[in-house]
This record gives sequence, C-alpha cells and structure tokens, in this order.
Amino acid sequence: MNASATLGKDLTGLEHMTPDQIRLILDTAEPFKEVSERPIKKVPALRGKTIVNLFFEASTRTRVSFEFAEKRLSADTVNVAATGSSVSKGETLVDTARNLEAMRIDMVVIRHPSSGAAEFLGNRIASNVINAGDGKHEHPTQALLDLLTIRDKHGKIEGLKVCLVGDVLHSRVARSNLWGLTKLGAEVAVCGPWTLLPRGIADLGVKVFGRIEEAIEWADVLNVLRLQLERMEKGFIPSVREYYRVFGVTPERLERSPRPITIMHPGPMNRGVEIDSRVADGPHSVILDQVTNGVAVRMAVLYLLAGGRAELADAAKRGAE
Amino acid sequence: MPPLNLAAPLPPFAAVVALSFEMPRPPKAEERTTLLDARAMSRALQRMAVEILELAHGTDDLVLIGIQRRGVELAERIAKLIEKDEGTAVPRGALDITLYRDDLETVGPKPVIGETHIPGDLTDKHAVIVDDVLYTGRTVRAALDELADFGRPKRISLCVLVDRGGRELPIQADIVGKSVKTGPDERVDVQVEELDGRDQVDVIR
Amino acid sequence: MTRPILLQGGHVIDPSRDLDGAADVLIQDGKIASVGRGLTAPDGALVRNVKGKVVTPGLVDLHVHLREPGNEDEETVASGARAAAAGGFTAICAMPNTDPVTDNQAAVGFIVRQSDRAGLARVHPIGAVSIGQKGERLAEFGEMVSAGAVAVSDDGKPVVSSHLMRTALEYARTFNVPVADHCEEPTLAAGGVMHEGLVSTRLGLKGIPAAAEEIIVARDVLLAELAGGHVHLCHMSARGSVAIIREAKERGIRVTAEVTPHHLTLTDYACEEYDTHAKMNPPLREAADVAALRGALKDGVIDCIASDHAPHAYDEKEAAFDDAPFGVVGLETAFAVAHTELVESGLFTLPELIRRMSTEPARVFHLGGGTLALGAVADVAVFDASAKWAVDPTAFHSKSRNTPFAGRALTGRAVLTIVAGEIVHDLDHSGTR
Repeated sequence: MNASATLGKDLTGLEHMTPDQIRLILDTAEPFKEVSERPIKKVPALRGKTIVNLFFEASTRTRVSFEFAEKRLSADTVNVAATGSSVSKGETLVDTARNLEAMRIDMVVIRHPSSGAAEFLGNRIASNVINAGDGKHEHPTQALLDLLTIRDKHGKIEGLKVCLVGDVLHSRVARSNLWGLTKLGAEVAVCGPWTLLPRGIADLGVKVFGRIEEAIEWADVLNVLRLQLERMEKGFIPSVREYYRVFGVTPERLERSPRPITIMHPGPMNRGVEIDSRVADGPHSVILDQVTNGVAVRMAVLYLLAGGRAELADAAKRGAE
Repeated sequence: MPPLNLAAPLPPFAAVVALSFEMPRPPKAEERTTLLDARAMSRALQRMAVEILELAHGTDDLVLIGIQRRGVELAERIAKLIEKDEGTAVPRGALDITLYRDDLETVGPKPVIGETHIPGDLTDKHAVIVDDVLYTGRTVRAALDELADFGRPKRISLCVLVDRGGRELPIQADIVGKSVKTGPDERVDVQVEELDGRDQVDVIR
Repeated sequence: MTRPILLQGGHVIDPSRDLDGAADVLIQDGKIASVGRGLTAPDGALVRNVKGKVVTPGLVDLHVHLREPGNEDEETVASGARAAAAGGFTAICAMPNTDPVTDNQAAVGFIVRQSDRAGLARVHPIGAVSIGQKGERLAEFGEMVSAGAVAVSDDGKPVVSSHLMRTALEYARTFNVPVADHCEEPTLAAGGVMHEGLVSTRLGLKGIPAAAEEIIVARDVLLAELAGGHVHLCHMSARGSVAIIREAKERGIRVTAEVTPHHLTLTDYACEEYDTHAKMNPPLREAADVAALRGALKDGVIDCIASDHAPHAYDEKEAAFDDAPFGVVGLETAFAVAHTELVESGLFTLPELIRRMSTEPARVFHLGGGTLALGAVADVAVFDASAKWAVDPTAFHSKSRNTPFAGRALTGRAVLTIVAGEIVHDLDHSGTR
C-alpha cells in the first residue's frame, strides 16, 4: 500500500490519474466498508468539514450515496439542486463558485450536464472538487466502485477481460471505466449497436464487438450500461424492444458462455431492456455489491482529499507513537 | 582529522539541510540501546497475561483489543498465553484509530488505514486495550473514542508493553511490561517476530 | 420431390466459376447436381433440349416495386414474380414503399409468405429505413432481417436527414445488410419531371438537375465511410455520380451501385412528344451520361443492372406529363434491352452481361443464387440469345403496361426459368408448369 501517492486537490476524472493513485483509493476504501457495518456508522475523520452536494442534474442514487459517505465521516452536508440553463450555464457556474468560496465551503461534490464542468469549478475555487458526473465526460467515483467490486470478486484486475455493453457513446461511466480498467491492466472491450459506439474507440486499445454473443464469448465481466429512452427518440436505435431482442443480456445468451461471467450495472436498471431480470437477480450479479462499495469508495475519496499539508506528514507520524 | 575551527562559518551543506524537510537526514550515528531482548519480551508478555487475568477476574467477559499494528500481534500472543493456561478461548479484535486521530487536519498525505474488527458486542464486557508503546496518550484517547462507537463495555483497561513517559493527556496504563524514561529526541522501536522477523525493543537516540 | 431436370446441349455461361462453353446441366432435388458434357439423365428426369440456347444462373433484380399491399390492381407479389420469371429472373427484391409501408417484421413476413405461395421467382423483401418511410425514426432492422428482409431502403424517397442516414448505416452494420438509397436532393429536384437540359428547356418542363443526384451520392459515400457501413446506390443516372463512386471505391469505401436498362439505353430525347412512358425518377439524361454509365457498368464501378420495375395503372400514365406518375415496368424487357443495346452492339460480352445481372447482384445483397456451382440451389435461366421479338405490352405477365420500349425490336429472350429445380416459366409451352 502506497500512502505517498497523493491525489491533488480535486477528483475530476480517471483519465489523468496514475495507477498508484487509483490503487490508493481502492485500498483506502476497504477499511471504510467496515465502518458501514458498525452499529454506529460514523467516524469523526471529517468532523467540522462542510461539504456541498451541488447537483445540476437530477440524481437520487449518486447524491444519496455521497450524502451517506459524508455523514458517516461526520461532515456537515448541504444539498443544492441547481438548474443550469443552456444559455447562462457558464455564468451560473462561475457565480456559484464565487458564492461557495465566500461561504468557506471545504468540499464540493458536483454533477453537471456539461462535460468539463468539474474541472472548470476546481480551477476557480480553493475547496476540493469531486466530480459526480460531468456531461458525457467522466463519473470517476462510479468507475472506482466498479473497479473495487471487480477486485473483490476476482481478486485482481490485471489481465481480466471486461466488456462495457450498451450506449457507450453517451456514457461517462463507460469512459471513466475505460481509463481505470486500462490503467490497472485489464483488457477492455465495448459492445453495442454501431450507432452507440464512439469513433476512435479502437485506437484506445479497446476491442469492439458488434453483437452481444461475441462479447459474452470473450468476457470475464460484463458491465451493462443503462439505455436511456431518449436514445430512441434521437434515432440511435429504432425501439427499446428491438434493443432487448438484439442486445439484451439474457440467461439464454449467458448460458452459451464458456465461463461464468460477473454481471455489473451502474443502475438504475431498465429491467427487460438492457438486462433481463433473471440475470440482474442471478448468482453472478454483483450489482448490489456495487452500491455498498459506492459508499465506501466515496468515503475514501473524501477522506483522502480533505485537508492536510504534505510537509507535516512525517512529523505527525512520529508524534502519534 | 584537522582540528575543528568553531569560528569558521557553517559549510553550505548544513545550511541547505536546515531549510528543506524533503532532504533526507544527514547520516548521523544512531545509538541503539536494547531495552528488551526476545527472552525478556517473552517474560514480560507472560507476566502481562497473568496480570490481565487477575484484573479481569478470569476470562468470562474478557475481550482483548489490539491497536494497529503491533498492538494486534501482541494481543494475539497474550490471548494464546491465556488460552494455554486457562483452556478457554479469549475473543480478540483489532482497532485502527487513524480515523479518530486528533491531528487528521494537519496530516497529509493521509496515513494508510488498517483493519478494524471488533468481536461481537462489547456491552457488559471487560475490554483490555493492548498496544506496544504508550507515549503522549493520544492514540489511547482515539481508541477510547472509537470503542465508544461499538457499544458500552462495563470496563476498559489499558495494557502496554512499554511505557516511555511523556504524557500529553491524563491517561495511564493499568498493566505495563517495562517502564522507561525517554526524551522527545528519542524513539522506542518495538519489533515483533510476526512483522519484523524478531522480538526486540530498542531505544534509539 | 420434384423431377430431376436435364438441360441438354446448351451453352453454359456461369461467371461465378468462369464457365463459358458447351455443357449439360443436371438438376436434382432442387440443386445443381452436375454441369458437364454428355451427362446422362437419371430415371424419371425431364430432359429439355436447349441446343442453341444459353444456360445461365437465374437473373437477380435488386430493385423492384410490387404494389402489394395497397395497390394490387397495378401489381401483386404473385404477378410480379410471374413477370420476373418471364424475364429470366429467379430472384427479385421488393422495395418497401407499399401501402402500408413494409417497415416491421409482420409486413416483411407477409411478403415472404406471398412469395412462397406464388412459388415463382423468389421475392426477397427490402425493409424500410424509417417508420412509414417518413424519414424520422429508424425501423426495427433486426426484426425485419430476422423475418427475411435482405436490405433496408426508403426508396421512392431519399433519406433526407444525414443524421438518419448515418445512424441507418451504423445500425445496419449490426445485421450485415446494406442501406439502399434513392439519391435525390429534394429541394433541388422539387417539381422537376425530367432531366434539366436542352430538351426540358425546349419542352418547357421543369427539370431535375444531375446535381440533385450527385450531391446525395457524394453525401452517402462520405457517410458510408464515416459509419463503416455498406451503402447501395439505387438507379444511377448521371456521369457525375459515376465519378464519385469510382473515387470512393478506390478509397475502399463500402459502396455498391446499380443502373437500369432504360438509363443504359435512352436519353431525355425520349421525352419529346411528351411521352409519359419516358417519365421516371431519376430521369433519362444525356448521351454522355448514358456513355458514362455503360463504361462504369463494364469496369465494375457500377456493380449490376436492376430494373426499378415500377408498375402503374394505364389510366394514371394517360395524363399530362407534369401529372403522370414516375416509373416504368422493366422485368420482362430488362435482359432483352440490355442484350440488344450492350451485347449485340459489341460493347459487352454475354458473360459480362450475365455477371452484371446475376453474379454481382447476388453478391451485393448476400443472396443465394447467381451461380451454377455444384450443390447450389437450382435457380437457372435459359435464354435464346438470337430470338428476335417485338415488345408487346399487352402480352406482359405483369399487371401493368407502362414501358418505354413498346413496339421496339429486341434480340434475346428468356425461354425457360427454373427456381429451386421447378420450372416457373416456359416460353415454348405457353403457361407455366
């Protein structure tokens, strides 16, 4: 375990992180899992810190997960549901940043419909900024909890074959997973209709499968992405029904796989669209573990980012004895 | 060696060292004095085991909680010694106090967090905290805070292998393996077979 | 099971196997059992003497309009299949601009069933690109392909939205079918009824410029490149389109193209006297376009001939040029026109023509047929390459008569057509089977 790999001020994405930094977060998340099992699910580590959950996009799951993480670390949390109108998005963010600074907020968890919003905010305020999803760009804590879940299930990430299935084009979860998995040495593939696979993905060293059957034959792990119904309206697929018929992860298709495949899903699931209920509730599904790990990973991120000055590290270590 | 000229200015090397925490310390002759060798440590642990039994009036509601990291190994040894004598299993746990430290604000990068595992409910139990070295008392204070989140033991006692003095909080050990007076520029280095390959306690100046 | 058939004494041309010589063909159990000289007929076989005739794999037409469902008075699957057989076609592909549009698996399945019931030339359905061919929402390609669709197209109309064309090309990749586009830029072509040129000026009719086709051809090849999909360009008419396709193929883009017999034969002069039988979309253009199309077909820039058979009731075509519907029938004259204009004139050899009317179309849409390889399905045509006849629309098997070639003297005619080892057209014995 390498405690000297620092994370910097913000967590905006996995693309520019080092493998050591990612491993630090995963390793730190392990002991935090135990905190959620205690009768009193609280440790004083972030006592007195103020954290704002700044969500410009509706989200219950991610926001609640962050809130639990913050409260279990004894931080004071405030939820702000803001609207980002398309015309004044830039302005609103800048104003927001200045207001938060003026209130001396310690940390901001931000979700925003524009790609790059987290970094934008992070460059303008001294508080720690954590990206809870920016546009189609990244959702780093989701990928981190996915990595932790894979590591728990398989004991390792290096050399594993992980396939992201579905609307990869519009998915920030897919992008973050791609960076995290490749940095930790996994083999990554994507599978979906060609209308939902991004250009140039093969140049990133990612395999591309046009049929779910091919992906199932290859993979150790399937991370099934949610299909948003608006994709049908925008003409990327003709219907949700056909999507299930052609790309749905069903028990019948999984039966033909040469090995048991771990099934993941970032949630919320469209049962009967991208994933069959029997698969989601089946023996190889780790979907609920992902949720549990989500709180632990977010606690680890908050803990690692909060406060601290490097120069006093050694001195403090000695004093603790 | 040429005679030391105290009137001459300090060589530049020494000046650079004073300004930077990043530079490694200049090699200085370390003075190691062995406080306990393997045999002495074994004897001390045996005595501590007996004292714990006396303090807890037997093993009925005894729980040993070792503080990460070496406290855990010591607790394990003591538990085995007690089990050998009494013939009953003694529940033991591990406590990592990193998240309860009072200096988390100033420490960074964050220290590594170890495993915490408390065997069952502590209510109505006699919990004995086991640690390798007692110094300022801040670690024990953090351990007490953390244990409070796990239940309400009927009694908590403290058992340490080495008490080196230098308390900053009003905390005392109920059972001590060895007492020694040390100054702030000294270090007490405890090594255990399980982690370091040998049993030894040294004072380093 | 069907009787074995021995076609004896004919000249076999099978470009798929580079066969071009005298040979007999033995058909058994619906498959090609043997091709060679001096074959003996098994017991109970039907022996047909085809001395002096040419035996080829059945012709394949990738672009046909059958008006079922919706306008069964003009044509049905059965009447279209009969007309196809009469023309030497053993397989035709039916465009989905029916009423209602063939845009779902039930509609596709209907066409397949009607084809099976007719038991004549095979009719392969083409599914629509968009629901109702409205150009808004993708149809369920997967379902349609599982039901039997061999391609998708909104023909009748162009796919106007480039975003829809792109997603159609990408989505079709999953099912390995081509997207066939009718290349017409709607705002340029609006109101046009014939080629925009000297003739339209003299006749005072609004023209459709060649650019209307060329623009969409260019767009479609670029989108095929972007999407990595297969685009099939319908009924090419302009020399500019040929140049674009040539360059695209050189770049390795997955584009195929077809041309009609009438675009290889007629120019806009056919519209003089306001003959609505020369009105179709895309329109007949200039001699230079015809020459370019012929050259492109010869060197493979255009892959195949397709008739764009478009039946219309006779009274509909009896109207002022502006008001008459676009389209001409072609199944029963396609081979003869192409043979007369291209082979008899010395531009093409007969094997080259057969390649463009059988081997290549089967390859472009990944259909069976187009070959006389041993074990292949027995879809065979027998032509009398020297038969001289005049086109008489009243004798058509098709329900419609709208042809620009009425009365024209042609050389070459299908005398026998066999599908899956069964005779579906027999000129010598009037009527079939």
